[in-house]
Amino acid sequence: MKRPRTVGKILELAKDKSLHGVQPEVAIELFQCMKLIRFVEEAIADRYSEQKMRCPTHLSIGQEAVAAGVCLALNPDDQVFGTHRSHAHYIAKGGNIKAMIAEIYGKATGCSSGKGGSMHLVDLSVGFMGSTSIVGNTIPVAVGAAMANRLHKNGRVCCVFFGDAAVEEGVFHESANFAVLKKLPVLFVCENNLYSVYSPLKVRQPEGREIWKFAAGYGMPSAHGDGNDALEVFEKIQTALEHIRRGDGPFFLEFATYRWREHCGPNFDNDLGYRTEEEYLSWKERDPIALLEAQLLPRGAISQADIEEMERAIQAEVDEAFDFAERSPFPDPDEAFVGLYRE
Amino acid sequence: MDWSKNLIEEYELNSGIDIANETRKVSYTVAVREALDYALAEDESIFVMGQGVDDPSGMFGITLDLDKKYGSHRVFDTPLSENALTGIAIGASLTGMRPVYMHNRPDFLLMAMDQIVNHASKWSYMFGGHISVPIVIHATVGRGWGGAAQHTQTLQGLFMHVPGLHLVMPSTPFDAKGLILSAIADNNPTIIIEHRWLYRQSGHVPEGPYAIPFGRGVVRRIGKDVTIVAISYMVVEAMQAAEELSAEGINVEIIDPRTLKPLDEEIILQSVQKTGRLIIADTGWKTGGVGAEIAAMVAEKGFEYLKAPVKRVASLDIPTPACYVLEDRFYAGKANIVSCCKEILSVNTY
Repeated sequence: MKRPRTVGKILELAKDKSLHGVQPEVAIELFQCMKLIRFVEEAIADRYSEQKMRCPTHLSIGQEAVAAGVCLALNPDDQVFGTHRSHAHYIAKGGNIKAMIAEIYGKATGCSSGKGGSMHLVDLSVGFMGSTSIVGNTIPVAVGAAMANRLHKNGRVCCVFFGDAAVEEGVFHESANFAVLKKLPVLFVCENNLYSVYSPLKVRQPEGREIWKFAAGYGMPSAHGDGNDALEVFEKIQTALEHIRRGDGPFFLEFATYRWREHCGPNFDNDLGYRTEEEYLSWKERDPIALLEAQLLPRGAISQADIEEMERAIQAEVDEAFDFAERSPFPDPDEAFVGLYRE
Repeated sequence: MDWSKNLIEEYELNSGIDIANETRKVSYTVAVREALDYALAEDESIFVMGQGVDDPSGMFGITLDLDKKYGSHRVFDTPLSENALTGIAIGASLTGMRPVYMHNRPDFLLMAMDQIVNHASKWSYMFGGHISVPIVIHATVGRGWGGAAQHTQTLQGLFMHVPGLHLVMPSTPFDAKGLILSAIADNNPTIIIEHRWLYRQSGHVPEGPYAIPFGRGVVRRIGKDVTIVAISYMVVEAMQAAEELSAEGINVEIIDPRTLKPLDEEIILQSVQKTGRLIIADTGWKTGGVGAEIAAMVAEKGFEYLKAPVKRVASLDIPTPACYVLEDRFYAGKANIVSCCKEILSVNTY
């Protein structure tokens, strides 16, 4: 899809290496991508109580920097697999937003024809291969796509997003072993947001043992980073992609981040007591969008007026997507039988 | 018994092959290997993986030396990671490959149920039918020599339950070759369950390629008194039972559905309409199994044909015991089918 472009004072800053070595125009794209994700998801949250989006919906608000940093570093024909919480991955890879919102509305025009809902997004035209909702189970599928890339010799990298709980599933370990064994072009991206539903990391994994370190034990390079810093994510992914594209096999990256809202649904749930308001506020202070804005504005890479213009364009795109979803027809009930088998 | 030539006209109908003039006889394992060999030669997107596919004995012979012929990038041994490898096959299939994943035993498919049931069977549907998962999962049921509870399971009942899968259980060398080629050509996830004891069989198999359509059963023996729907190896037991019964003047009709998903309901209903009596002989457990499903289908669609209650011949609802004395008790076979036929013929209440 065509994205609104911000005209900032890019050229004169092109040699500015202080943004983690990220080119200013790329930094602005990251900023814009995160804004787009945020605006889409805030709109979902605002309208969720209308009960027109009748499917489990997991928002990524607060976690946008990982999706943006990873997907913008990938090539358009690289592939991405996602999770139950993948609006951000889908949007960042360039997925059609109208089709995504229509899917959440259960409409015939949805990206999965209304059969998938929020947790089953796909847009093959941009390499978003699919997101599914059993924790960890797209990991081997991504490894398989990477194996096909190898067999096709097409140079593509396959990236899979998963959360901190996915590495508790056996299939992660089976998949990592195989990817290293066959030196497959896979980028493993672990978004560690500290909680699996209400279960904190400390009841699930030994305290002090870091995920990226044990991933390294499989024999692949592994690193970690600040998942709220889009520039850092972008830079680290670029390094990882250099390794993978050289044919040296998979790379693992863990990014620390935090979901602001409840596990599933539009609300805040810090009152439940499984995590504290203080913890939430400390992460909110490190809002990935505000963090990048604070780096771009003082350097003049972008102006307040640019941001306002960008926001207007994004809001128009979001409104248009919801309008499209609202106006789209539901599938005919007999469509329920379509798509199970392929001729 | 030369039963792979039984009901030649059915084969001609289904495959377009004139098997009446087919004189070449090969073993079941050679037939399977020929199908894989042909597929690998024809289509670069096909690869064969699984534990031991390149072992010196070639998985009972069915993959023998294919690795040498097509290279280790297309025929390769795998780690013992059944769930991940199934997901890997799915992922490869989403991007243009047609993987064939071989298993020594269906018991190990239980490790891969997440990928089979949550992904393979649903991927097309849950993404609106825009993508498909053309993978073949092949497993061979073990029996005997104390294989016991975890090396002899016939799990077709579990897979028959799941929408989105195809389920194939060939009983002859001819069917094995034709159905494997159909499975590889099919755009959907297909599970092929074969039986080790069928690997002892030889039969008439054309040298060239041919495909047997899914959902087309075959009448293995024409009869008028009782319909026996026999699955996989139970076809052998049923044919032997039929010989014994014919000596007593009882003529059974034997239907081999060949694929359980899709199931050829028509061929079963037509036979039951003629005989009025139905026995389903399956290698799996009785409760909630293939026999139950076929019986229910006939009760729903052909109740008025039935002259007696439907009967099932199946394994006992216990895990397979190791000791051969207990094992003999566990498995159903010819004797059970014979006595079941006599029982069902003694009833005429409808």
